[in-house]
Amino acid sequence: MGVDLEPVGRLCESHVSNRTSLVMLLQETQDKYGYLPREVLKQITREIDVPLARLYGLATFYRSFTLTPRGKHELCVCTGTACHVRGAPTVLQHLQRRLGVSPGETTEDGLFTLVTVNCLGACALGPLLVVDGKYHGKITVGEADELLSSLAEAAQQNPQ
Amino acid sequence: MIAPAAKNIASAGQLDQLRQRLRVDAERYKVNIAVCGGTGCQAYDCQAVIDAFDQELARRDLKDTVRLRCTGCHGFCERGPLAVISPSGLFYQQIKTEDVPEIVDKTIIGGEVIERLLYREPITKDRIREESEVPFYKHQQRIVFGANGIIEPTNIDDYIAVGGYQALAKVVGALSAQEVIDIVLRSGLRGRGGGGFAAGRKWEITRDQGGDTKYVICNADEGDPGAYMDRSILEGNPHSVLEGMLIGAYAIGAAEGYIYVRAEYPLAVRNIGVAVAQAEEAALLGENILGTGFNFKVRISRGAGAFVCGEETALIASVEGRLGTPSAKPPFPAQRGLFGMPTNINNVETWANVPQIISRGADWFAGTGTPKSKGTKVFSLVGKINNTGLVEVPMGITLREVVFDIGGGIPKGRKFKAVQTGGPSGGLIPESMLDLPIDFDELTGVGAMMGSGGMIVMDEDTCMVDIARYFMNFLREESCGKCTPCREGIKNMLHILTRICQGAGNEDDIGRLEALADGIGAAALCALGGTAPNPVLSSLKYFRDEYLAHVKEKRCPAGVCTALITLSIDAAKCKGCGRCVKVCPTDAISGGVKKAPAKIDQAKCISCRACFETCPFDAVTIV
Repeated sequence: MGVDLEPVGRLCESHVSNRTSLVMLLQETQDKYGYLPREVLKQITREIDVPLARLYGLATFYRSFTLTPRGKHELCVCTGTACHVRGAPTVLQHLQRRLGVSPGETTEDGLFTLVTVNCLGACALGPLLVVDGKYHGKITVGEADELLSSLAEAAQQNPQ
Repeated sequence: MIAPAAKNIASAGQLDQLRQRLRVDAERYKVNIAVCGGTGCQAYDCQAVIDAFDQELARRDLKDTVRLRCTGCHGFCERGPLAVISPSGLFYQQIKTEDVPEIVDKTIIGGEVIERLLYREPITKDRIREESEVPFYKHQQRIVFGANGIIEPTNIDDYIAVGGYQALAKVVGALSAQEVIDIVLRSGLRGRGGGGFAAGRKWEITRDQGGDTKYVICNADEGDPGAYMDRSILEGNPHSVLEGMLIGAYAIGAAEGYIYVRAEYPLAVRNIGVAVAQAEEAALLGENILGTGFNFKVRISRGAGAFVCGEETALIASVEGRLGTPSAKPPFPAQRGLFGMPTNINNVETWANVPQIISRGADWFAGTGTPKSKGTKVFSLVGKINNTGLVEVPMGITLREVVFDIGGGIPKGRKFKAVQTGGPSGGLIPESMLDLPIDFDELTGVGAMMGSGGMIVMDEDTCMVDIARYFMNFLREESCGKCTPCREGIKNMLHILTRICQGAGNEDDIGRLEALADGIGAAALCALGGTAPNPVLSSLKYFRDEYLAHVKEKRCPAGVCTALITLSIDAAKCKGCGRCVKVCPTDAISGGVKKAPAKIDQAKCISCRACFETCPFDAVTIV
C-alpha cells in the first residue's frame, strides 16, 4: 500500500519552523490523510525526533484521531444530555443493530462509520443525527432508517 | 462580506475617529436585517435564508440602503431561523426561504408586518412584534450577549462601531496594571467556567509571580454536554473575548496568549480565527498596541476531543502537545503553568465580561446579582423544555423563573421533575427547590453546582437512575486514566448502575455506590474526578425512591430502562398507520395495516422503545 509521504514531510517542516505542538501536527496530518496511517506516523518519527510510541499515545488518547480509514458516510449521533433525555439512545441502539457496528467502527462494506459526539450544542434539535456534516434534528428511528436506506441505495446505483 | 476598514490603528484617537466614521457610514442604511447564523440556526439551514435575502436585495437594487448581517446566536434556538429587522426591531421566526421575497416586498419596502412570521405567545395566542417583548427575552438581562444579535462576528468594524476596544484603549492609555486588577476585584467577577474563583484575585496572583514571561489562556474547551454558551460567544462576538484577554494580559504582564477551543465547534474555531487575523491587521494585536508600547499576540490551539482538557492543568499539557492529563495542584497554573511559566486561565464567558466591567465600571457590574455572585450568567436551557435556547439572566434569579417564565415550561403538558446543572460534575435540583435563587454558593449548597452553565430540564418521563448511569458512562469514557480512584472507581459505579438498570441490582448496591462515591471524591487527582460521583449522589439524595423501585420491585417508574418495561399497543388509540411495524428491529409487531390496530408479540419484543418513539398517536404504552 503506497501512501504519499510527501505531504507529511511538508507538515513536519512547518511544525519545526513554526514550533507548533505535536497534537497540532497530528491534527494537520489527519486533515490531510483523513486518518493517521501507520506509514505516515512512521515517517513523522523519521522527519522529527519523536518515538512512535509517543505518537500512538497521542493518537489513541484523543478522541478525534483515528488510526483506521473512515467509511464513505459518517453517521454521528449526538449523545449529549439533552439529546439523551429526548431519546438519542433509542436511535443509537437502532443504528448499531442495523449496521452491526459499535460507535467508532466502520461497516465491512466501507459504507458507514458510526460515531458519537458528547454534545454539538444544537440542543433545540435533539435528538440529533449528523450525516456527513448535515444536521437532521428531532430524528426518529423511522427517519434514520429512511436516511440509511437512501444512502445505501445511492451507493449501490453508483458504486465509486 | 464587506472588507473591514479597521487597519493599523496607531492610537486611541485613531480608534475613536474610526468609530465615528463607521457610525456615520452606517446611517446610509435605512434598514438592518440581522439573521441568526449560530450553529443552532445553521442546523435549520439559515444559510439558505441568508442567501435568499442576499439575492432578493441584489435583485431589487437595495443593497446600498439595506444592510444584511449574518450575526451570532440570538439565543432562541427553538424558533430558528430567526431575523430581526431594524429600526423597528421586528422579530420574525421560523423563516423559510420562500418567505424571503415576501419579507422584502411587504416589510422592507412596504413597511408592513407579516403576522404569520411573528412569534405567537402559546398561552394568550398573541402575536408579538419585537424581540424584546417575547417572554423568552423579556426576563433576560443581556450583557455578555448584548451585541450578539447586532454585529457581524466576522467583521471587526461592527464590534468597533458598538464601542469595541474602547475598554482596551482606556486601560492601556490611562490605567496602571494594579488599577485594572482593583476594578476587576471590586466588580466581584468570579470565573464562569465552573469553580467560581475570583477573577481579579487570580490575576493578582499571576501578576505577583516573578519572571518576565507570563501567559494568559482562554479556556474554550466547553465539554459539558448540554452547555454551549461559550461556543455562542466565540461564534457571535469573538472580539469581546480578545479584548478581555488583552486587558487581562496588560494587568498580568503577559505578552502572549492562547485560546484552546473545542474542535467539535467548527464555526467557533473559524470565527475566532478570523477575529484574530482582523485584530492583527488593525494592530490591536501585535507590537506597540495603540502606540503605548504594550505587546500581545494570540495563538489558537484546537482541542482534539478530550473532555478532561477542560481541566486547566490538562489543558496546559494539551497546548504543549502532550497527553491531556491533569497534574497535582499546587503548583497552580498561576504559579507554574504553560511551559513552566505563570499562567492565568479564564473561560470564554469570564473574558467576555471584562471589557464591559472596564467600560461601565465595577459598581455597575456589582449592582447586579447576589452578595457573593455578581453580574449575569449565561445558561443553556435544554432538554424537556418548550423554549430551548441560551438565556442570560442576573445571578439570583430563581430556577422557577428560568424554567417557566423564560423557558415556557415542559412540553406536552408533562410534569417537571428536575433540572441538572453543572454537567457531569454537577447535580440534580428537584421540584421542591424551584424557588432557589441561582448563584454559585446556593447551587453548591444543594449538591449541584453552577458549572459552566448547562441547565438540562427533565420531566416525569426521565429516569433518574438512567441519568446517573448516563453520566457515569460519559465519565468512564472520558476519564484520562491517570489516577486510580477515577479510572477504576467510576468503572465500578457504572457497573453497579448498569446492573440496577437491568433489574439485577439489590439494595446493598446503593450502599456500594455511596462508598465508592466517597472514595473517589476524596482521592481523585483533579476536580473533574473529585466531582464525578455528584450526579449519582444527588440523584440518590433526591430520588432515592426511584433507585428502590429498580432494586426492590424491578420496576422503572419513568418507563426508560428497557429491561424493566413492557410495551403494548392501545388498540383504541392505534390508527393502524404501520409506522411501528416498519421500525421494529425484531419484527415483533403485526397488524398495523389498513387501520387495523397493531399488536406486539411479547416473545419477540426486546423493549427497544423504537415503536414508542415513532408512534404519532401515543398509542404505545409502557408499563
